[in-house]
Amino acid sequence: MILGCIGLSVFVVPLVGLLARTPWSELPTLLRGDVVTDALRLSLVTSLAATAISAVVGVPLAWMMARVEFRGRALVRGLVTLPLVLPPVVGGAALLFALGRRGLIGEPLNQATGLLLPFSTWGVVVANTFVAMPFLVITVEGALRNLDQRFEGAAATLGASRWTVLRRVTLPMIGPSLVAGLVLTWARAFGEFGATITFAGNLQGRTQTLPLAVFVALESDRDVAVAISLVMVVVSLTVLIALRERWWKVL
Amino acid sequence: MEGSVSGAGLDARLQLRRGESFHLDLSMSIEPGMTVALLGPNAAGKSTAVAALAGLLPLDSGRITLAGVTLDDPERDVFVVPEERKVGVVFQDYLLFPHLSVAENIAFGLRSRRVGREESLARAGEWVDRLGLAGLAKTKPGSLSGGQAQRVALARALVTEPDLLLLDEPLSALDVTTRVELRRTVAEHLESFPGPRLLITHDPTEAFLLADEIHVIEQGVVTQAGTADDIRLRPRTSYVADLAGVNLIPGIADDGVVDTGSHLLRIADHTASGAVMATIRPSAISVHLDEPAGSPRNSWKTEIGLIEHLGERVRLRTEAPLSLTIEITEDASKALALREGAEVWVSVKATEIGIEPDQSPVEI
Repeated sequence: MILGCIGLSVFVVPLVGLLARTPWSELPTLLRGDVVTDALRLSLVTSLAATAISAVVGVPLAWMMARVEFRGRALVRGLVTLPLVLPPVVGGAALLFALGRRGLIGEPLNQATGLLLPFSTWGVVVANTFVAMPFLVITVEGALRNLDQRFEGAAATLGASRWTVLRRVTLPMIGPSLVAGLVLTWARAFGEFGATITFAGNLQGRTQTLPLAVFVALESDRDVAVAISLVMVVVSLTVLIALRERWWKVL
Repeated sequence: MEGSVSGAGLDARLQLRRGESFHLDLSMSIEPGMTVALLGPNAAGKSTAVAALAGLLPLDSGRITLAGVTLDDPERDVFVVPEERKVGVVFQDYLLFPHLSVAENIAFGLRSRRVGREESLARAGEWVDRLGLAGLAKTKPGSLSGGQAQRVALARALVTEPDLLLLDEPLSALDVTTRVELRRTVAEHLESFPGPRLLITHDPTEAFLLADEIHVIEQGVVTQAGTADDIRLRPRTSYVADLAGVNLIPGIADDGVVDTGSHLLRIADHTASGAVMATIRPSAISVHLDEPAGSPRNSWKTEIGLIEHLGERVRLRTEAPLSLTIEITEDASKALALREGAEVWVSVKATEIGIEPDQSPVEI
C-alpha cells in the first residue's frame, strides 16, 4: 500500500509541480505569444500529416503483415516495432544519414527534385511518421488477425468486390482498433521530440513544434515553458479520456 | 453423373487437396427444385465443398457448372470469383455482420450488386416483414435469438435471387427445441427456392426430413448416395449404419399415443398431437424371446427379417407391424440364438421415442 502510493506519486508529483508553478493570471497572454502559436500550429499540422500518412501506408502494411504469407514476415514485424524501442534521437540520426543532404537517398533526391527534408517542415512530418506509425501498424495488425476472415468470405458471396469488402466489412469490423491506433499515432507524433530535433532541427515556425518550444523556453522564459507544457498535458489527458475504454479493450 | 443436369441445375465434380493428407473428391448433380443433403461427420470435407462451390476455395481439378455457366474449371483456366457467382450461402453460425442492422445485413447483397440504397433497404424490409422480424429491422445481430439470426441469414442469402442455395449446418447453432421449430422454417424456404439446393449437415434426421437425395461423405469422398430410404435401410458403411440408421415412423399423435396405422406406440410426450414422425434409435430397441414384463414399455411380437453382422454388433430388420431397424450386441444375439424368420418380442421405452412434427418431403 505504501509502496503503491510511492509509485503513484511518481506520476502525480510532477503534474502537481507543473500546476503549482503555473502563472494562471498571465496564462492567456503567454499562450498568445508568437513562439507558442507558431509551435502549436506546426505541431497540429505535422502530427495530423504524420497520422494521415500513417493511415495511407500503415493500414496496407498492417494488412500485408496480417494476411500475406511471405518469407521474413517476422523480420518485417521486428522492423516495424523497432521505432517503439529505439531512442528517438537515434531514429533522427538514422533519418539524417538516409535522407540528409549527403544521405543515401537524400542526395539523389535533392539532386533530382531540389527537395531537402532536414530542417524543413516535411522533415518534421517524416520524423513524426517514423516514430509514431508503429502504433497504428501494430494495433491494426492485431485487429486484422483477430477478425474472423469468414465474414469477408460471406461478403464476397453476397457480391461484394474486394474494395467493397474492405470498406463495408473489414474496416468497420476493426473500427475501434483503427480509431485507437490513429489516436495513439497522433498523440505520439504530437509529443515527438528526439527524432524531430535531430533530423529537422529547431527553427521557429518551420520545425519548432511544441515539445521543442518547451525545451527552448526552459532556457529563456520559464513561464512560457510552463504554459506550453500545460497545453500538452491538457491535450494528452483529452486523448486518454477519449480512449479509456478502447485502449483496454484493444491493447 | 457429370453433365447429366441441364438448364438451371448444378453439376459439379469437386476435387481439392488440403495439406498432405486430405483429399476431397465428390460429384453431384442437382436439378432445380431438388434438395441434396451432404451428410457426414466433422472434418469430412463438407465445409470445403461449400467453400469450393461458393468460390472461396479454387478447385485443384474437376469442374463446377451452374445454370449453364462454368464457374470453375482449372483445366481450362476458368475461375469465376465469388462475388460474380450467383450462389446464396447460409453459413454455419450465420456470420451476420455485427456492425450492420438486420435490414442492412439483408440489403448487403443488393447494395453490393449496385442496387440503390433506398431500393435495397425497401426490398430488405419486405423480407423482414415476411419472416416475422418486423420491429427488428434496426436491431444489430448481436441481440437476436438463434432463430431470428437464422431467418436473417436465410433472407440475406435469398434476397439476391441466387441460382444455387447452400445451407451449411443451418441448424447446428441452435438448441434442440428451437431446432425442431426452425427446421420448419428451413423446409419452407427450401420449398420456395426454385433453384438447386444443397444442405450440409451432420444430423441424419435433418437430412432425412429436408432432402430428396442424400450423399454421405466421409474423409472427402461420397461413401453412399441415394434417397433417405436407401441410406436408412441399406447402410453401406458403419458411419451410415451408426448415424443414419434411426427409425422414422409416421403416425398421428394424440394424448401420449402415436397411431402408426398398424400399431399404437406409447410415447412420453402427452402434448404432441396431429401428424408426427416418431424416431427410435436402433439401439434403443431390445429383443426378447418371451413377452417382457414392465408396464411403461411398448412391446409387440414380430418376425425377424434380415440379420446383418457388423463386428461387435448385429442389425436386425423387422417388417410387421412396424418396419424397424434394430441393433443389439453380438453377445445378446448369440444368447437369444437369433435367426432369420424367428418369432421374437421387441420392446422400447416410451421415453426412447422421439417426436418430430411431420414436415417430411421424404416418402416412407
